[in-house]
Amino acid sequence: KKPKTKRSKRFLESRAPKLTENVKTAMIMKGGNTSQTVTQALKDIYSLKKPNAVLYKKKNITRPFEDSTSLEFFSKKSDCSLFLFGSHNKKRPNNLIFGRLFDFHVLDMIELGIEKYVSLSEIKTSKCPEGTKPMLVFAGEAFDVDNDLKRLKSLLLDFFRGPTVPAVRLAGLEHILHFTALDGKIYMRSYRCLLKKSGCRTPRIELEEIGPSFDFVMRRTHLASDDLYKLAHRQPKALKPKKKKNISHDAFGTKFGRVHMQKQDLSKLQTRKMKGLRKRKGGVDSTEDEAAAAPKQVKVES
Amino acid sequence: MAACSVEQLLAKAEAEEAEKLNSITVKKELDLEFDIGNLLAFDKNRVEVAVFRQQKKDEFLLALARDNTQLLINEIWKQPTERVEEAIVAKLPDPVTPLPREKPPPKAKPPTKWEQFAKLKGIQKKKKTNLVWDETAKEWRRRWGYKRVNDGTKEWLIEVPETADPNEDQFAKRVKAKKERVAKNEFNRLKNIARAQKGKAPGLGLTPKAQQSKDELARAVSVAKSSTASVGRFQDRLPKEKPPKNTGKKRKFEPLIGNFSNEKQKQLELLQVMDSKKPKMDITKAVNKQMREEDREEAAAKYKKGAGKRGRKGNMPGKGKGKGGKGKGGKGRAGGGGGKGRAGGGGGGGKKRSKPGKK
Repeated sequence: KKPKTKRSKRFLESRAPKLTENVKTAMIMKGGNTSQTVTQALKDIYSLKKPNAVLYKKKNITRPFEDSTSLEFFSKKSDCSLFLFGSHNKKRPNNLIFGRLFDFHVLDMIELGIEKYVSLSEIKTSKCPEGTKPMLVFAGEAFDVDNDLKRLKSLLLDFFRGPTVPAVRLAGLEHILHFTALDGKIYMRSYRCLLKKSGCRTPRIELEEIGPSFDFVMRRTHLASDDLYKLAHRQPKALKPKKKKNISHDAFGTKFGRVHMQKQDLSKLQTRKMKGLRKRKGGVDSTEDEAAAAPKQVKVES
Repeated sequence: MAACSVEQLLAKAEAEEAEKLNSITVKKELDLEFDIGNLLAFDKNRVEVAVFRQQKKDEFLLALARDNTQLLINEIWKQPTERVEEAIVAKLPDPVTPLPREKPPPKAKPPTKWEQFAKLKGIQKKKKTNLVWDETAKEWRRRWGYKRVNDGTKEWLIEVPETADPNEDQFAKRVKAKKERVAKNEFNRLKNIARAQKGKAPGLGLTPKAQQSKDELARAVSVAKSSTASVGRFQDRLPKEKPPKNTGKKRKFEPLIGNFSNEKQKQLELLQVMDSKKPKMDITKAVNKQMREEDREEAAAKYKKGAGKRGRKGNMPGKGKGKGGKGKGGKGRAGGGGGKGRAGGGGGGGKKRSKPGKK
């Protein structure tokens, strides 16, 4: 559709595909039936992800694992590429589905069941301001070994990391999200870190639990096929760092390059002076010497 | 005395240093993997499940988180810092972990006619200021747009040039010229857009290629011939050119109730062919034709495969095309055989006389 005003044109441009993309926004929605736990959990995650999230109030009677068309429609309308779908039924109590989309089609979906949940309001400590970029820590070798957990790690990273910034204020590193994969479960804890004085420049960390704490168990997954995953990772060529010609690095990190010089006048080169070969004012002997010496010189210098 | 006190001092200083570093060092079996651009740390160390189950979970997790955070903070503090408006800021490197994009990368737009010309000539874009000083109004006016500096249509006095007709309205002339320029600009803009979107190939044989087969050339000729106002009805033919085969209509049906004698004749011929022992289809001819067609298909597939491999990797066009070609060929063959059979001996007869060889 053609934009008629500058404002609509700017709006469409912000939604168009770009070289460096915007921050991923998340849409948080409820399913046909939700329990108190699930609604509270959705609200808490919304507050973690503010302002890059939209929380839908109404219930949507869809099943993401069977039919993802309504999700794709919502993502197209609100320009969100991450979603969180909460539902509750007898077979799958307290269910959260984390997912992401590529080109408005579902890429990955992972279903997590909440086994234990402590909400933000239950933990009575002062909270971090909203919009702080959190530090993320994943613990547990399972995150590296199990394929599903690897994708879950990438999905959670995508979900919770904020905008990509070139620099960060050192005093503002307050919020930390810690995920541990142990014993078949995934524990998510959210802490506020206090920077205490230590003897040296780097401070000592003390942690204080603030945020919601979840004990998840992994249920169903719908992961993207390998080629779709690869397609989603394709970066445009313009983003690749420009290679400077003539500069190469060897194994030790030494920089190598080729220096091109103009042709040099070899007779005017600064070399070690041999007194005996120097030109002298004088007679035949000396000229003979010269004559003998000169070709020698020439030979040496060429 | 002095010596032992110096030693004592040194030992004390060392102990103090160790203490200081103690508070921020964390002992781990395996080093963590860091991605500072994302403020991410990954701890791969094993935790004994038995140990975990014994303790209180939250305290254990808190201790683990504290250690990992300490290591991450140590790493972040190693980054170069600078002072920005009374806050110390650490510069982060680019994120390392590959994450999928939201949308596919944008396609490069093809350059417009002007851009091509400018590139050819080496013309650079010169940045111009938006406002220009207007002497007559003694203020800053826009270079283009509303209330601009040199607006030709807004002049209150136009001298009539000597060559012009004295009754001509010069103001109207200027307005008309402006309208024409605007229309031309719009037209060129649309042409640029059309050129940018034009990815559609005009059709087989219509774009000149290096090696064109006989069919493609014939099709090109027929398309060119029929692209006249009277759809090729009055086009002269070359001396040896054959009249065009009806490529549009695939089947022509006789009218239901027309020529009775013709119909009678046709039915009698049909009965005659069914009676005769001679087969309607020449088997050797059919087999040869099929073999030739298969060879041609193989050659085409090989060529396409070679070109596809050398070019972009993606879906395999060779495979798809091969499949489509084979399907078409199969259908064509069946159609050809069936048609021949039907014309002579009816549907049943044609089906029985199936082609020997590969199906």
